[in-house]
Amino acid sequence: MTASPARLTRQDVEHVAKLARLALSDAEIDEFTGQLAGILEHAALVSALDTSDVAPTSHPLPLVNVFRADIARPGADRDEVLANAPAAESGRFRVPRILGEAP
Amino acid sequence: MSDSQSAFTIANDVRSGRQRARDILEQHLERIDAREADVHAFNLVLRDEARANADAIDAAVAAGDDPGALAGVPIALKDNLCTRGIDTTCSSKILQGWKPPYNATVVDRVHAAGAIALGKTNLDEFAMGSSTENSAFGATRNPVDLSRVPGGSSGGSAAAVAAGFAPLALGSDTGGSIRQPAALCGVVGMKPTYGTVSRYGLVAFASSLDQVGPFARDVRDAALLLETIWGHDPMDSTSIASPLPSLLDGIDKGVAGLRVGIVEELTDVEGIDPEVRAAVGKAAAALEAGGATVDRVSVPSTMYGLDAYYLIAPAEASSNLARYDGVRYGLRGAGDDISVMNANTRNDGFGSEVKRRIMLGTYALSAGYYDAYYGQAQRVRTLIVRDFARAYEHFDVLLSPTSPTIAFEFGSKTTDPLAMYLSDVCTIPTNLAGHCAISVPYGNDSVHQMPIGVQILGRELADALIFRVARALELSRGA
Repeated sequence: MTASPARLTRQDVEHVAKLARLALSDAEIDEFTGQLAGILEHAALVSALDTSDVAPTSHPLPLVNVFRADIARPGADRDEVLANAPAAESGRFRVPRILGEAP
Repeated sequence: MSDSQSAFTIANDVRSGRQRARDILEQHLERIDAREADVHAFNLVLRDEARANADAIDAAVAAGDDPGALAGVPIALKDNLCTRGIDTTCSSKILQGWKPPYNATVVDRVHAAGAIALGKTNLDEFAMGSSTENSAFGATRNPVDLSRVPGGSSGGSAAAVAAGFAPLALGSDTGGSIRQPAALCGVVGMKPTYGTVSRYGLVAFASSLDQVGPFARDVRDAALLLETIWGHDPMDSTSIASPLPSLLDGIDKGVAGLRVGIVEELTDVEGIDPEVRAAVGKAAAALEAGGATVDRVSVPSTMYGLDAYYLIAPAEASSNLARYDGVRYGLRGAGDDISVMNANTRNDGFGSEVKRRIMLGTYALSAGYYDAYYGQAQRVRTLIVRDFARAYEHFDVLLSPTSPTIAFEFGSKTTDPLAMYLSDVCTIPTNLAGHCAISVPYGNDSVHQMPIGVQILGRELADALIFRVARALELSRGA
């Protein structure tokens, strides 16, 4: 048995949006706070079940690592891949600054 | 559409030279021209490519070659299946303009069997939804009644088959996304056992639940399509390596001696339409008349399936959709700093249901909540697997509604996410267990004349068996 966490707050939603890299508007944060709290309350039904002797299932199949022979074979064509990029330069993806002042 | 030919007929005729693939294609393109503006099943119709492929099939037949089991059969592809050099949008703004550098394995397999890809069908953005109203490109309408939704997320594929645009379509099913729209549009839709169909090139939503499967107007056509696409693929590490049985060989064997269990928790579910429940009863009686024994069975933990699913699927989605960051493909939002650009890209590119699920999944996985939500949902998943195993000690297949209701009207559930999620209550347990299930049309409701679907559930690798039961049900329905 796991205790149900407290009701979701607006601060929780702001924190989760940051973790999920979503620049939500104030209106979206308000909307999601109510909706997510409602969904999580419904989900509290499962939190209340006694599962102390139950192992978790993460996948329907018993997964094993799959190996293949270590032989080189052609991969995706670089130009074809870069043609999909919003910005590319000298055979690479071009992105905005990644170092500098912390956001 | 009763005047439409089955995939079986088309393939047989094209292989033997009785009909030309090009003529078949033109008939289907004419139907699309006549009704697509109303239905909006497609994000993209591939007229030129389809004509070139149909001509190639006819040339092969003329040269004495056999183009394959789906020779000249038009097929619609859900727009979350990668097609090389052809837009694959997942009905999301964030992927607009992306042209995959490779084909999904299932796309290669239908092409190799001689099928003609007609176009890419509309879906709820990233397959998240039960009505196709969450598409960035506008909703698909139910061909049976244009004021109603086709279901979802594979609403475009279901509508394309129901409207006679194509005899076959491919969809994907994470929590019911093939079976529920099939039920609402009055066609056959099937979710195969997890691992039997390659997920290579299927844009990932929830990887432990996603499975590609067939839509068709009849059960044999659906089996024909699944036989074409399934089987081991080294490009998918979760693909089952052992050989799979024929689906068509025993399909007409009937149901004599089979034990059928009606799942109480899924048939007496809250909010069920009494006519839907009655259809399950009629289907059970028909199977009994065919020599099966029918009983009610309790599979208690399935009643927690919905809640477990809406923690597990968003958790997996929040991880899978982290790749849409504005760097390698698709949309890029504004920002001089990469983290600002990432967050703007994702906020501009994703629709509200996708954001809601990413938020829900990120929360369920975050420090302090992981065990109460995601961990607990995984343990409930174990309970569902156990309860199904117990039921299958006494029954060969299980029976339930596919959807608790007939197709609903546009906008009726868009403001209440929980009400929309309840559309999948009968289909979700199969995905959590990795099992197979099929929806077969079984009558219409008396008030609106909308189709009702009955679901046949089977344990893992019971795919051939559920096709056999589905075929018996279809025959019991009469013409």
